[in-house]
Amino acid sequence: MPENKVMNIVVCIKQVPDAESVKWDHKTGTLIRDGVKSVINPFDYHAIEAALTLKDELGAKVTAITMGPPQAEEAIREAMSMGVDEGVVVSDRAFAGSDTLATTYTLSKAIKRLGEVHAVFCGKQAIDGDTAQVGPGLAVRLGIPCVTYVSEMEVIDGGRGLRLKRMREDGFDVVEVDFPVLVTTLSTLNTPRVPSLKAKMRARKAKIPVWGASDIGADEKRIGLNGSPTKVHSTYIPKFEAKREFLEGSPEDQVDALITRLKEAGVI
Amino acid sequence: MLKIDIEKCIGCGECEEVCSFGAISVVDDKARVDEGSCTLCGTCVDTCPEGALSIEKEGGEELDLSSWKGVWVVSEIKNGLFSPVTFELLGKARELADDRDVPLTAILMGYGVRDKAEELISRGADRVIVVDSERLSNFIDDAYARVLAHLAKEEMPEIIIAGATATGRAFIPQVATILETGLTADCTGLEIDEESGQLLQTRPAFGGNLMATIICDTRRPQMATVRPHVLKALEPDTSRKGEIVNFEPPFELLESRIKVIESVTKEQEGPGLTDAEIVVTAGRGLEKKENLKLVEELARCLEGAVGATRAITDAGWIAHSHQVGQTGVTVAPKLYVACGVSGAIQHLVGMQGSEIIVAINKDKDAPIFDVATYGIVGDVKEILPILSKKICKERGLD
Repeated sequence: MPENKVMNIVVCIKQVPDAESVKWDHKTGTLIRDGVKSVINPFDYHAIEAALTLKDELGAKVTAITMGPPQAEEAIREAMSMGVDEGVVVSDRAFAGSDTLATTYTLSKAIKRLGEVHAVFCGKQAIDGDTAQVGPGLAVRLGIPCVTYVSEMEVIDGGRGLRLKRMREDGFDVVEVDFPVLVTTLSTLNTPRVPSLKAKMRARKAKIPVWGASDIGADEKRIGLNGSPTKVHSTYIPKFEAKREFLEGSPEDQVDALITRLKEAGVI
Repeated sequence: MLKIDIEKCIGCGECEEVCSFGAISVVDDKARVDEGSCTLCGTCVDTCPEGALSIEKEGGEELDLSSWKGVWVVSEIKNGLFSPVTFELLGKARELADDRDVPLTAILMGYGVRDKAEELISRGADRVIVVDSERLSNFIDDAYARVLAHLAKEEMPEIIIAGATATGRAFIPQVATILETGLTADCTGLEIDEESGQLLQTRPAFGGNLMATIICDTRRPQMATVRPHVLKALEPDTSRKGEIVNFEPPFELLESRIKVIESVTKEQEGPGLTDAEIVVTAGRGLEKKENLKLVEELARCLEGAVGATRAITDAGWIAHSHQVGQTGVTVAPKLYVACGVSGAIQHLVGMQGSEIIVAINKDKDAPIFDVATYGIVGDVKEILPILSKKICKERGLD
């Protein structure tokens, strides 16, 4: 980090339907919408905490950014109540129908408007789409390295960069990277802090700017539906059909019947 | 935007029902869309029996797609061995390539991997592009992404598929972004439209409650990451012939600011969950953490791996790495024993490919029985000790 310069940290968050309140009618395959709340994507809390940890250690300005409908402002206020300094809602009808390619373009245009950025944090994935594609794609657009699935983070060389533990299915890597960098966070990375009363008050009063397509200088061919090469071709409700056989009798009988069948099938 | 043809609309309300965002309402027997809530997902368009709904895409640039040819599989090596997903991808890609009458190319990146190329041919590849460099000895997101994107720009394949693994999901989105093309994450099914060459990429949406088939019809290559253990590998055929091409990447592609300090692979105790032939899974029906040992005991008797539902891992009874389902791992063993598992859809999508499914649950209406081969209606706490004892005896174990 060069001296006399404020470090800029961006944390990308997404408002998603609260998984706890979402119920499905499996007969019709429809979402039961009554009482569905919008919340910050659970993994994003860890991204916010990571940004704030870095701020505590190195001093920095943390900006939360979200793309979504105007009411996503709520997510920004919540992030600010945890200690995030500023927030931006990136919202425009022209963004509707964005896939991950259009989303990374839009977010990158908004982040570039914030000026030079030293670190970007994203949750490992959003629980509504589960793609995990926005973080890595955004890093490409910002021209910075990306380290995904991070479970430990440590500042190195007095603030020149980060040492990160990145998880794989069968183990982990420890990597070092100088700023600027984009990190996607696992829930094991940290414990998100509880909002303070003071920050809550400030968050409630804060003016949250809303940036539309023209504010960020977005090319209309690259946003929303026009900028999204993937589209939903069809959908269906998964059906599970099994030739199920219930095994009858006492627990002993049931177990014996099962063992006979498993032996016949050659699995034991 | 979503357009509703008022002439055609009969006000049946099916679109209102399927809309997951509450964006459609039927007022005075006609559907109306709330543009603020509509995300243009397209579900309603398919549902409308009258064809009254359509999504208009304005003036997107049409590219010439016909010059993109061939199917690519991105292979993955761990500790000197191919990940099983690599062979699974090749098995499916062989079908896709045959349907399209194009060659199947495997991409092999790493260090000291050149002699592995033959193995990819024996599993279905016609051609292997080997990128062997000391700088690729560790997985480095941006270097891997640039090399693959560079090759794709040169050779213009119409399809690129890779495993939805920690590394695949980290660098393949970078490749798609560099190539400015579409990418579908974590697919569970791939099919091709022979005529148009359109790849039909199916993946679970809304936590597995809905399956969505995604297409990328205006750009190439079409890219997807695919879940391990959902596609079938071909048996190796060492008589297969193929071409092996070496690519020497220019230095600038390999440069990265990411330095790998340490790379650790964990020793596994017992068979790994995703590779086990037998999986015994614990669900909420066990009621108490102490009862988890009943499941562990059965797994020991069967020499299988222990799985768990999300409720169990969230409660901290066992590590998250044991979680089977949409947000955990997908398994497809020979035998899957679900112990006190109710069968939430998120769980079912992660194990429905198992050959024999045994479900033990108190509630005979539990959804787990819908996918079961054999069902035992009873208390797992009572059944499991009997089952473990008899299986151990059967197998001559203690």
